[in-house]
Amino acid sequence: MYFQPEIETMPREELRELQVERLRESLRNAYENVELYRQRFDEAGVTPDDLQSLEDLQKFPFVVKQDMRDAYPFGMFARENADVARIHASSGTTGQATVVGHTASDLKNWGDCFARGIAMVGGTKDSTIQVSYGYGLFTGGLGAHAGGEAMGCTVIPTSSGNTKRQIQMMKDCKTDILCCTPSYALLIADTAIEMGYDPATEFQVSGGIFGAEPCSENMRQEIADKLGLQYCDVYGLSEIMGPGVAMECKERGGLHIAEDQFFCEIIDPETLEVLPDGEVGELVITTLTRECSPMIRYRTRDVTTIIDEPCACGRTHRKIGRLLGRTDDMLIIRGVNVFPSQIEQVITEFPEIATQYQIVLTTRGPLDHVELQVETEPDFPIDEVRALEDLRSRLGAALKSNLQVAVDIKFVEPKTITRSEGKAKRVIDLRGETN
Amino acid sequence: MISQLTVFLTNEKGRLAAATRTLANANINMKALFIADTADFGILRIFCDTPERAAAELCEAGFRATLTPVIAVSVADEPGTLADLLGFCEGASMNVEYGYCFCTADGRAIDVLKIEGDQAEAVLAEAGFTILAPEDVYAVDAR
Repeated sequence: MYFQPEIETMPREELRELQVERLRESLRNAYENVELYRQRFDEAGVTPDDLQSLEDLQKFPFVVKQDMRDAYPFGMFARENADVARIHASSGTTGQATVVGHTASDLKNWGDCFARGIAMVGGTKDSTIQVSYGYGLFTGGLGAHAGGEAMGCTVIPTSSGNTKRQIQMMKDCKTDILCCTPSYALLIADTAIEMGYDPATEFQVSGGIFGAEPCSENMRQEIADKLGLQYCDVYGLSEIMGPGVAMECKERGGLHIAEDQFFCEIIDPETLEVLPDGEVGELVITTLTRECSPMIRYRTRDVTTIIDEPCACGRTHRKIGRLLGRTDDMLIIRGVNVFPSQIEQVITEFPEIATQYQIVLTTRGPLDHVELQVETEPDFPIDEVRALEDLRSRLGAALKSNLQVAVDIKFVEPKTITRSEGKAKRVIDLRGETN
Repeated sequence: MISQLTVFLTNEKGRLAAATRTLANANINMKALFIADTADFGILRIFCDTPERAAAELCEAGFRATLTPVIAVSVADEPGTLADLLGFCEGASMNVEYGYCFCTADGRAIDVLKIEGDQAEAVLAEAGFTILAPEDVYAVDAR
């Protein structure tokens, strides 16, 4: 089921042509209307007309969040106030807030992008969609709301909070699709169960569109099971648009990027070189249609891969994989970029290994040495040396093929790895320290 | 089958001392102790009184400890008894994962074997070997 079948299943060649055409327009919009882009393009010696293919985009400079902070509030707007329909702002928790403007056309495209996700969980104009994301400057609430309206759904704008009332609405108004953050979805599920309901069987809800924060595979399964719904992971960021930049179809092999609206690249965050599809690196997004706040090669700091494989759902747009973390977490080991979350992902594929782990980096001669300390699960047969050695070699092989770096695995006793109350310290970097 | 207390230790200074101290503080008497060691970890195999309590005490103290069922065969403390036992196992196609032996004060010896499969004890008993019950080896504790 599609929302815009002619776009979502557009043949790849046609889609690429559309992207090149829109990309050039977007570069033009940025160059002609935003001082910062004009300066940067001039410094790099490029003009929008230099873009003949998608690869040509690599000649253009990046923008980062700091550029938006410096331009606060309207320095990167390409439209005058009369054409601006709404502004959203990111939370200023990590510094100066960033402001993004949307024209009426930008808002319409946003609604369409999100509505595609509604179709991915089986939604139609007959569906009732409950938006339990916060409404306000945060893009979650109004983004999902616009999606529901674009689809023609009945929208229940509960916003977040007042959980018991949410659940009552969900039950009485027969909500089909729930949109909120994963942690709030779990709270809703648990509260409903506490109230004596079994939401999986007693509630009509059959789809959930959850995003805006990380969610482990286990938690995701728990939410899907407790609420009895198809889980759709949604990616978005206020700098680019909001939720709907990429959404996960029922095949669950990644999130389809709205490629008619955004062009994505993966770069090595150190060398800034563009990496081939399939490799892990920093996601860089260029908006193709946004009028008020065009973003050219925006470095998201999100780490993921681009998956360029045909999808059984029939959509032709490439996908991004699960988010593996932020570039700030990146380690460089023997010249290879490694993200702790990659290691974590491999570990979670081994049920015999507990989820606590620690990475110890040291220098041995001229080389970096990586030791991964792990614990076995309590029911692992520790009596069998062979079983331990076998587990070690299987885990080692999996890590090697995933990271391209050899890792020494050390089984440690329980509690060797400190449990922290807040954010766990997973990496101990002793390189550069004299032994 | 009897319960062997198995403890996982990292191969680091002081870990064996800490494990035995934990048992000592709990006033648990050991009958025998063996170590299988590799480059970075060791596995302690212990016969002691009240093994359930011993395992609980160790886990409480942060060790990874578990009970492993093994077979204890009582043999005469004289040349050839172990060879006879292992010869029988070989003939019966029983795969011995590991084993060890110790003498007891009564002039006999105990051969301890970890054998693959569930039938080994019955087969050995059928063949006339003297299989020891838990209470023959250590003070048993109920769970």
